Amino acid sequence: MHAAQAVNDFSIHVATANGSGSQTANNVLMRSIFQMGVPVSGKNLFPSNISGLPTWFTIRASRKGYIGRKKEIDLLVAMNPETARDDVLELDAGAMVVYDEPLALSNVRDDLEFHAVPFDKLVAGVCPEAKLRKLVRNMIYDGVVAHLLDIDPEEMRKALWKQFGEKKPKAAELNWQAVLAGKQYAEANLPKSGRLKVERMDANRGRLIIDGNTAAALGCVFAGVTVLTWYPITPSSSLAEAMIDFLGRLRRDPETGKATYAVVQAEDELAAAGMVLGASWAGARAMTCTSGPGISLMSEFLGLGYFAEIPGVFIDVQRVGPSTGLPTRTAQGDTLINALVSHGDTKHPILFPSNPEECFSMATDAFNLAERFQTPVFINMDLDLGMNNWMSDPFVYPDKPVDRGKVLSAEDLERLGGFSRYLDVDGDGVPYRTLPGTPHEKAGYFTRGTGHNEHAKYSEKAADWVANMDRLARKFESIRRALPAPEVSFNPKARTGVVCVGTSRYAMEEACDQLREERGLELSWLRLKAYPFTESLKEFIKAHDRVYVIDQNRDAQLLALMKLDLDPALTAKLRSVRYYGGLPLDARTVSDEIAAQEEGIQ
Amino acid sequence: MSTPTMPAKKSNRLGLEILPYRGSKTTLCAGCGHNAVTERLVEACWELGVEPWRVAKISGIGCSSKTPAYFLGQSHGFNSVHGRAPAVATGALLGNHQLRCVMISGDGDTASIGLGQYMHALRRNPPMLYLIENNGVYGLTKGQFSATADLGAKSKSGAVNAFTPIDCCLAAIEYGATFVARSFSGDKKQLSALLRAALSHDGLAVVDVISPCVAFNDHAGSTKSYSYMKDHEEPLHEIDFIPFFDDIEVEIEEGATREVTLHDGSRVLLHKLEHDYDPSSRLNAVTRLHQASDGDEVLTGLLYLDQSRPSFTKTLNLVDQPLASLPESVTRPSAEALERINEEYR
Repeated sequence: MHAAQAVNDFSIHVATANGSGSQTANNVLMRSIFQMGVPVSGKNLFPSNISGLPTWFTIRASRKGYIGRKKEIDLLVAMNPETARDDVLELDAGAMVVYDEPLALSNVRDDLEFHAVPFDKLVAGVCPEAKLRKLVRNMIYDGVVAHLLDIDPEEMRKALWKQFGEKKPKAAELNWQAVLAGKQYAEANLPKSGRLKVERMDANRGRLIIDGNTAAALGCVFAGVTVLTWYPITPSSSLAEAMIDFLGRLRRDPETGKATYAVVQAEDELAAAGMVLGASWAGARAMTCTSGPGISLMSEFLGLGYFAEIPGVFIDVQRVGPSTGLPTRTAQGDTLINALVSHGDTKHPILFPSNPEECFSMATDAFNLAERFQTPVFINMDLDLGMNNWMSDPFVYPDKPVDRGKVLSAEDLERLGGFSRYLDVDGDGVPYRTLPGTPHEKAGYFTRGTGHNEHAKYSEKAADWVANMDRLARKFESIRRALPAPEVSFNPKARTGVVCVGTSRYAMEEACDQLREERGLELSWLRLKAYPFTESLKEFIKAHDRVYVIDQNRDAQLLALMKLDLDPALTAKLRSVRYYGGLPLDARTVSDEIAAQEEGIQ
Repeated sequence: MSTPTMPAKKSNRLGLEILPYRGSKTTLCAGCGHNAVTERLVEACWELGVEPWRVAKISGIGCSSKTPAYFLGQSHGFNSVHGRAPAVATGALLGNHQLRCVMISGDGDTASIGLGQYMHALRRNPPMLYLIENNGVYGLTKGQFSATADLGAKSKSGAVNAFTPIDCCLAAIEYGATFVARSFSGDKKQLSALLRAALSHDGLAVVDVISPCVAFNDHAGSTKSYSYMKDHEEPLHEIDFIPFFDDIEVEIEEGATREVTLHDGSRVLLHKLEHDYDPSSRLNAVTRLHQASDGDEVLTGLLYLDQSRPSFTKTLNLVDQPLASLPESVTRPSAEALERINEEYR
């Protein structure tokens, strides 16, 4: 029941039809709460469709700073006739509903707080031009919600001007008039229950609102990327497009205007991956961004990259499965494929960012790892992180230099008298390489996948290949030691732990609080930032009786990867919490599942 | 008995003998057309004075794709993935557009598994030699037909090919290559001149060389055998190539020679036969190719040349220095730039 007044702790659910122009209204609503200093998050739950199918936008305000999806809806804005009745039926008792008057929803249930708004009549009043009405109609609910929730309309005005800027003052003004019309109607006609309320806080000083794809794109630009090859695929396309924008602004020679980068929209993901390998082989800092279906197509090149020892950064903004249907739904279903992708004994390091700051900073980490260890490196994001808006601390200028790894110059070759491409000189499994175009007669070598000895000469001798495979295994251990350590919240009272990667952290951290507050269950948690797993994961598992591993996939892939990587005595302690519904993971799903499993034990 | 005097070793304009242009010993079959193509390529690079360290040799998978190991042993080579060498070569040129890229492929590698990448390479026009060693069969997997096998051609096991061939030159002319030639591995003079011209071209130079497979496609009933080519090759012209650094006077027979000057100043001379054939006409080239195949002839020579379209790396408007060697001071924007972007999202 929603009895008590909730201040800065609620979720708003806006139901519209895809393509109906609700994005501005939703962003302005979210941003106005943000500007009032209240922690907030916004998630677009949208279909694979350009226009017509139902779409929902959820905004969560949380004074405690919880920004994962909240399952329970406190305020529904019902704008879509197709889904309005179902949307209302799904609400918990006591929830508020703002709806388009002709939908006549107030007779559907009698345990909700209904507010009818005549949107068409109001929009006609502020927008004489009929064809523009669709674009501003949704702004009216911002004004209504501002009244009902005590949001300062001045913040909405600021947010509108931020969005339209000086470039489109007329559009800003028209939208602002619609907000005011909604606010004035609500003040005159809708009694304020005060059950949900926004009060000013000061939690957001200096913070940004940005989506993960934009943050990752910016990170790559500041990591010194020189080549981006890509093929459009939801949900990663906006990452490439943001990069193209940033590169055009930041990476042209100031005198000639020429580009210090190359971007190629390839014919498919195979070509995109092939260009990454070719460019990296020639010495560029090369990358691609894609999603699961693209990884499937890139798998042969990823294996070649592993065996031929060629750097490359592969960002996977994960979504649900192949083909059509759920490309706009989030998942973490590529954990196993990315760790192991391609045939033969291949394994690849993965970084797991959880917020825009990490999307930015891990880009430099990924390029440095890829070039230092001469191997493809994955960054596993997901749709929730990549395409949704997040609060973020401002990005910090990278403190790590650009690390080009073990590359020999013509001068080095002159001094050394030559080199052996796959010889483990330093004992870390990482050989030296030269770049094509190095002006020295000893620079050249021949690159093959398998079938070479340590001098890069053709060999089918068993001993040569076994030695190479063993060196690659040693190299993987060197990578393990170079990866970022997990973030750990160690609770000395806890006998139970929870582990996750990426965006599952928001549900995990909130669920741990729920379980302690509601059930007295003390928990530690650990958030992995990379695969292969570092020593601290072993220590964490050892320190607890059992450890829940959160997976946003059906088959407990993260847990399965731990079973491949860790001692069976440790993995016997692991238990699984899985969610694979396609929506961003919420805390209640996690806490309910852990509670149920814990009850089975006690 | 007097000691025989060794003839002075010849060197090219860089002062290099031919040895640095050779590679390791071929492991292909004796008599394979590809070995002859490799020889011509070695000679062409040596004669042009190509700097070996500047060359990137890139191939896919197959017999032809093994050959980069057999020439230019000092150069970087990359035996990549079946049908995907165009992407790797394009990528290498993005990383360093000053490389001289030599891509070697076969008919299966280009026209079957790699057709998509081939088509898109044509569209982009990357500055490189795209050499197709075309024998109509898969050699390494023992004689299956490829997509360039002619309709009605007979395999060694007696199977008859029921499908129409893909003509890589027709596709190249149609979809954007700017230098398109066909030759025969047994036509030493023509192939040599075409390779030197192709290596001097600034853009995608496709050279489709009929290169017979002695193990699986050199029998009666094959349309890619030595004897078939001897009977059916129809050269468009005799061809001479004069590199830009050779200041020699050439006697041009009035009315019997067409001279084409390439961007680097090199000259291509087309003599006799169809000396009036204009390689800049796309329509003419396509028509002549169709006429030839309708008459069971294999038309060879410089089929098409377009010197107006910029190469892919020029289209990208890259800085002069290779992207691979740009320093951090150029590739990482300033702290002030980051702060401005932070402000945009506040």
